[in-house]
Amino acid sequence: MEETPIVVARGLTKIYRSRDGAPAFRAVDGIDFSFGRGEAFGFLGPNGAGKSSTMRMLAAISPASGGSLEVLGMDPALDGPRIRARIGVVPQDDCLDRELSVRENILVYGRYFGLRRDLIRERLGELLAFAQLEEKADAQVEVLSGGMRRRLTIARSLINRPEILLLDEPTTGLDPQARHILWDRLYRLKQDGVTLIITTHYMDEAEQLCDRLAVMDGGRIVAEGSPRALIEAHVTREVLELRFSVDAHAAVAERLRDRRLGERVELLPDRVVVYAHDGEAALAQVHAAQLSPITALVRRATLEDVFLKLTGRSLID
Amino acid sequence: MSAGGWAPRRTLSLVERNARIFRRSLTAVLASLVEPTMYLLSVGFGVGALVGRVAGVEVRYAAYVAPAILATAAMNAAFNQTSFAVFSRMRNERSYDAIVPTPLSVADIALGEVISAVFWGLFAAVGFVLVMALLGLIVSPGVLLAIPGALLVGFAFAAGGLAVTTYLRDWSDFQLIQLVMLPMFLFATTFYPVSVYPGWLRPLVELLPLYQSIQLLREPSLGVFNWGVLAAAGYLMLFGALALALATRRLTRQLLA
Repeated sequence: MEETPIVVARGLTKIYRSRDGAPAFRAVDGIDFSFGRGEAFGFLGPNGAGKSSTMRMLAAISPASGGSLEVLGMDPALDGPRIRARIGVVPQDDCLDRELSVRENILVYGRYFGLRRDLIRERLGELLAFAQLEEKADAQVEVLSGGMRRRLTIARSLINRPEILLLDEPTTGLDPQARHILWDRLYRLKQDGVTLIITTHYMDEAEQLCDRLAVMDGGRIVAEGSPRALIEAHVTREVLELRFSVDAHAAVAERLRDRRLGERVELLPDRVVVYAHDGEAALAQVHAAQLSPITALVRRATLEDVFLKLTGRSLID
Repeated sequence: MSAGGWAPRRTLSLVERNARIFRRSLTAVLASLVEPTMYLLSVGFGVGALVGRVAGVEVRYAAYVAPAILATAAMNAAFNQTSFAVFSRMRNERSYDAIVPTPLSVADIALGEVISAVFWGLFAAVGFVLVMALLGLIVSPGVLLAIPGALLVGFAFAAGGLAVTTYLRDWSDFQLIQLVMLPMFLFATTFYPVSVYPGWLRPLVELLPLYQSIQLLREPSLGVFNWGVLAAAGYLMLFGALALALATRRLTRQLLA
């Protein structure tokens, strides 16, 4: 995977100029990253972290304000159309042509890439199968479910056989079943060697799909690595979650901190969380301290714990 | 980031998309003929009964106003496409979010929308010429020149509409557009010759793109030819080109932020 990277960014910066006297906004603040061919890379972060701005620069539809960016060996500022001809973009909103049929949506999109009609027709069957929309080929987009629309949006973005597929929050707003179908489709693409670049704020999605993640906050990359490596580097192996009566949490957290329980004790609105290498041992200490939680749960640390630690809980809603 | 150049094949791919949507809304084309037909019937025939024949061109009043209403039909059809329809694609359907990441440049998108709208204007013009024929208002084969003329009218107003759309903040701003379009329709010599105005007012009226559109279509439709038609054609061409350049510039800033 570490041959020549397909995308390289160095000190990449995006500043939105001020309007009406507001100060200029630094959406992306000098970030470095690179992707290898066939990799699945995820940008994780709360809203406003700079994920979408980064994606727009990668898609060669937003000029970088500073730093350097190379996509498929080209400079987006100079070779926009040539880069865009070789990548696929799945926007957060589906942006489908609602008045047109499923088939026509794909056909029209292929024409934007200058593909011949017979070539598009050739690929159409395979894309409809991929999106599991064969029976809906002549249905108007209007009547499709949210999951079907999203699959159509992905199918449409594949019409030019992209080497890189950019997906902006691909499963936001979908029900669990539709999400799993979609993940399965994305796995297949990855197997076929398509480089996937995904933004998400779903931890399970990041863990499922991505080989490597960058956690963004305030326009910077605050951590980067595989999901497992991030968990190992930033949180303990296990987590103990304790619930007391609502008013008691602050005092309890204070006492646990005094007793140096685990690596770190975190106070949440509805519970106290103890990061510990051995959760059961930590729980035994809680009981030894004469505390009796209403519920106590020992679980393995997840990416969500990493995310919350790195980006701060107050930002999450 | 620049607007990028025009590539005919890319531009036409957007026209093809719009044509597919257009194909499904033929009733909308027919609906766009309703309003001009009503003006023609009420003013052309109704008021025309009081007016009789129009001095100078020696045709009855309905035949005199018909080519001017033809110009407004082409104008509205084209203008509505690049204002209402494009604004809806920007705000509601977010169509361009999916188009901008393809090889299409913003220049392709702007020109593609304008060409599509010109076709709308053309269909409205052809439809209205048929209405004129049905009502016995064709007085000269020169009316056939109104068809290529309507292309120019459509171009000027399609490009103008697109430029205006880049300034809209919200749907309520369409009321401001109406505040310009309706008086222009009423005062741009649709229903009477420019000689009605006092001398100092004429140059102002003559600056209106609808006045130039009517100049381009009326006299040839009535079988009268003079070189003034070329001036009107030149005006509309320039107006459209400037509006398209402005629209492309502003769209580039909006779509490629």
